[in-house]
Amino acid sequence: MKLKKIALATALVTVSTVSWAACTINDRVNIIGNEFPAIHAVVDGAKACTGAEVKSNLTADHQKLNVAGMTGTPAEYTSAIIANSSIVALMNEDVIRPLDDLVAKHGQNIKKNQLITIDGKIMAVAFMANAQHLVYRADLLEKVGAQPPKTYEEMLEIAEKLRSEGVVQNPIGGAYAAGWNLAQEFNNMFLGYGGEFFESGSANPTVNSPAGVSALNMMKSLSAYMNPDFLTHDSNATNAEFRAGNVAMMNMWGSRAATLGTAEGVSQEVADGLAIAGPLMVGEGKTPASTLWWDGFTVSKNISDSEAEATFVAMANGIAPERMDDAMSPLAVWLIDGYEPTAQAQGVFEAVNMNTQPYPMLPYMGLMHTALGNELTDFMQGNESAEQALADAEAAYMAAAKEKGFL
Amino acid sequence: MLSSRKAPWQMRLFTGSILVLWLILAAFPFLWTLWGSFKVELDFFSKEDWRSALTGPRTLVEYGSAYTGAGYDGAWVEEEFWRSALNTFIVCFFTVLISLTLGTLGGYALSRSTYNYTFWILIVALIFRAMPPITLVAGYLLPFFEWNLWGHLATSIIVLVAINQPFTLWMLHSFFSKIPKELDESAKVDGCTQFQAFRRVIIPVMWPGVITTGLFSFLLAYNDFAITSMLLSKENQTMIPKIASFLGTTQTEGNVMFAVAAVVSATVPLFILVMFFQRQIVSGLTAGAVKG
Amino acid sequence: MFPTLVAMLLFIALPIVSVITQSVFTPHDAVLIETENCNPFGCKTETIIDQEATAQRRSEQPLGKFVGLDIYFDRGHLAINELSTAWEASESVGDFLDRLNNLPLYRALGFTLVFTFTVTPLMLAFGLLIALGVNSLHRHLKGLAIFFSLLPMIVSPLIGSLVLYWMIDSRGVIGSAIQWLFSDPDLSLKASTTLTWIMLIVYGVWHSAPFSFVVFYAGLQTVPQETLESARIDGASRWEQVRYVIIPHLMPLVTFVALIQLMDNFRVFEPIVGFRSEAHATSLSWFIFNDLSGETRQLSSASASSVLTIIGVAVLLAPVLVRTWKDFAAKRA
Repeated sequence: MKLKKIALATALVTVSTVSWAACTINDRVNIIGNEFPAIHAVVDGAKACTGAEVKSNLTADHQKLNVAGMTGTPAEYTSAIIANSSIVALMNEDVIRPLDDLVAKHGQNIKKNQLITIDGKIMAVAFMANAQHLVYRADLLEKVGAQPPKTYEEMLEIAEKLRSEGVVQNPIGGAYAAGWNLAQEFNNMFLGYGGEFFESGSANPTVNSPAGVSALNMMKSLSAYMNPDFLTHDSNATNAEFRAGNVAMMNMWGSRAATLGTAEGVSQEVADGLAIAGPLMVGEGKTPASTLWWDGFTVSKNISDSEAEATFVAMANGIAPERMDDAMSPLAVWLIDGYEPTAQAQGVFEAVNMNTQPYPMLPYMGLMHTALGNELTDFMQGNESAEQALADAEAAYMAAAKEKGFL
Repeated sequence: MLSSRKAPWQMRLFTGSILVLWLILAAFPFLWTLWGSFKVELDFFSKEDWRSALTGPRTLVEYGSAYTGAGYDGAWVEEEFWRSALNTFIVCFFTVLISLTLGTLGGYALSRSTYNYTFWILIVALIFRAMPPITLVAGYLLPFFEWNLWGHLATSIIVLVAINQPFTLWMLHSFFSKIPKELDESAKVDGCTQFQAFRRVIIPVMWPGVITTGLFSFLLAYNDFAITSMLLSKENQTMIPKIASFLGTTQTEGNVMFAVAAVVSATVPLFILVMFFQRQIVSGLTAGAVKG
Repeated sequence: MFPTLVAMLLFIALPIVSVITQSVFTPHDAVLIETENCNPFGCKTETIIDQEATAQRRSEQPLGKFVGLDIYFDRGHLAINELSTAWEASESVGDFLDRLNNLPLYRALGFTLVFTFTVTPLMLAFGLLIALGVNSLHRHLKGLAIFFSLLPMIVSPLIGSLVLYWMIDSRGVIGSAIQWLFSDPDLSLKASTTLTWIMLIVYGVWHSAPFSFVVFYAGLQTVPQETLESARIDGASRWEQVRYVIIPHLMPLVTFVALIQLMDNFRVFEPIVGFRSEAHATSLSWFIFNDLSGETRQLSSASASSVLTIIGVAVLLAPVLVRTWKDFAAKRA
């Protein structure tokens, strides 16, 4: 009799605990990812789970640490939050596991288009999107009677007007800092001209093509209207120029556009004149001169099954539609059910609607990106021709690809 | 002293003006940053007029006064910079302690040894120091993760000690070679062992050299970036990597004024240190590396 | 003695051996297959690595594929092939140097060497000058002067270069001052390669002069007064006193400071990151950092560059080391 009572009591307690606990897990979770407010919000949701410890390491250096941290057995990190460029490193080293079974079991709230499938297997679950698009000063464009540009050629015309009429000396802004930023701008422009980075199915580079040369020439023309220090300007510096009122048009990340007008000390004029539009087209290209990025989470391979399950449940809780409230909503362009786009998110939505190409998720794209970042500065400074710069980039890429075994 | 004979006034004017120019060049950037840390980003980094950093018009608009503690508040309270400060002091204290203990014993042994290999050990130590720290740390990452050593302050302490050992060894060796061997010879004649001679006779005399080397070690550990940024997790970062993290990434905004306030906060203890120990630094170097 | 040796052996010698090993192996050739990838924006056919096939190779040879000195000779490092092509194709030395500048390691080496051989003598001379100046100050002013003079050295290079980067912007206080000085409203230190190099060298001297200052100043306290007095009595001018009495006395210190500084300047890294000047100037350490911080990390390449850096330092230090050996041998004789 007593045993029955105890059993009943235990059953009741368990049922009640399960019914009002938002999320319970039974094994450790340790997340590594980049450091922005949106990711903090997701990880806070994961940490709301009870039953086991949820740790996190969110740092801008996550790409230096994630592969090493997920290689050991058992791996230190059970989940890595990555983007379409950084998932490649994890896939190349084979440190993440397919999520099909976990999605079937716990992924009821995840929409079909959040699933990243590679070779038929779900390898990651995306929760936010980002892209570079036009951000401009509507008031300054009005002063010269111009409509917001839809193509880069139009942007050049408007820039000439703004400069010759003395409205703004350096009307165009761009994160053309040598290295990753410059290469990214080239990627955008190259895709806008319809270029192909590699021969299909192999790692042979094809950037030294008419599309590449056109892309470089367009970037050169744009840079003539930029602050002469453009090769040292990353996103921070470009934003600072915009906020100070020195820039009229720029191609900026959607994630940064949201806070452009609200930072401390921004003048009313700039805050009022701020306007956002979709990405620009260029030349005869069919898709915009921009790239789409997603951020999502993955689960490590070198961990036990119960750790993997706990990790998935915790992360799924982090991106649960119920958590989409007023605090979380403006932090990013979410792919989660129930997200209503804010005014600042229009740029990224436009980018999606215009069928912008996503950043290529190829194992050797990172090598190409680095090679471009190093070799294009010579052309931008006027020290060599476009063909020479692209040939140098291809040569640098091939040396690196041979070393990594792709060629 | 060169100053005992008064130099001709032209020479004094010349030296004096060069000196003043140098002192301004040396101190100005820090004074400027200190002043600017109480302003808003758009004033300190004004793209319109550099004088905004002095007068603070945008700070006035934003906060009603030309000065604001917002940068300090953000860094210390919001971002919990005080944790990093604590971490830095723990790391520096233990690094200096261990480094000096090992280095003193090693330097003493080297200076008293009569073998030829002494020179070669010192040269090898110097070549070790030539290795770029980035490569060393990249090499450590995988083993540290596998053995669960990553992310602990103790690991960083040991790596910092090891990397700084060559310099410490070299400096302490030259200090000890200036202390005449007769001192411990006479102690040994009185019946002490080598170690007792070290304890009784050498330790009282070696302080100036040890303090100077300790200060250099402290500076190296305090200002380190390559090692601490790669081996520590977000929670127990020291001050310098934390400042770097305030600067944001390509796709997100950082908060530059937090970084500026943190930079000033991180440099103040060093100023105080130098102010108190400058005499020791000079006398330590005088006693050790320089006696003919 | 033993604990120090063990610590150094474990943390420096072993990693150096592992780095050298890493530089002669590369990851195995990857087997690529085409697959259908789907993401929030649509589906596409892309290439990925066939993990099973590659895993097989990895388990057989965990270190990787042995390539010997291939990495050292490839375009990203010593570029032997490109060098010989350039040599045959160029018409003059200037042309050859231009082509050399196109190769990443030589570009980095060029700046590193210029930086090392400009900053080291400048900071030695400057440090001596400041030490002589401070030494002749009134007692009460000395402390203050020493304190201010030490400032540039005690601040972390990352922070120091960041602070200066903010100030030299063409709209910043130093940038504006320079524009006013040269009456050129468009002058920007960050826009031209020559000016960036000069800026980095000035920063290098600013940052390391305090070290040579404090060492020389300490040395000045121990100049033998009798020699100085007798020189003065003999009618030597100030300059001759400095040249014939003080400088010889400080020679061992010059050697010590030169040794440390040559090594540190050759490994210059933080200013390039702090000043965001990689478009105009790259250094060997930065080159290594670049290999390690991309999305796909090139460990073999970074290892090879590191080994080349160590060899470079050894070559650089050879004359100074020979001199130290002579001093050492003389003392023991």
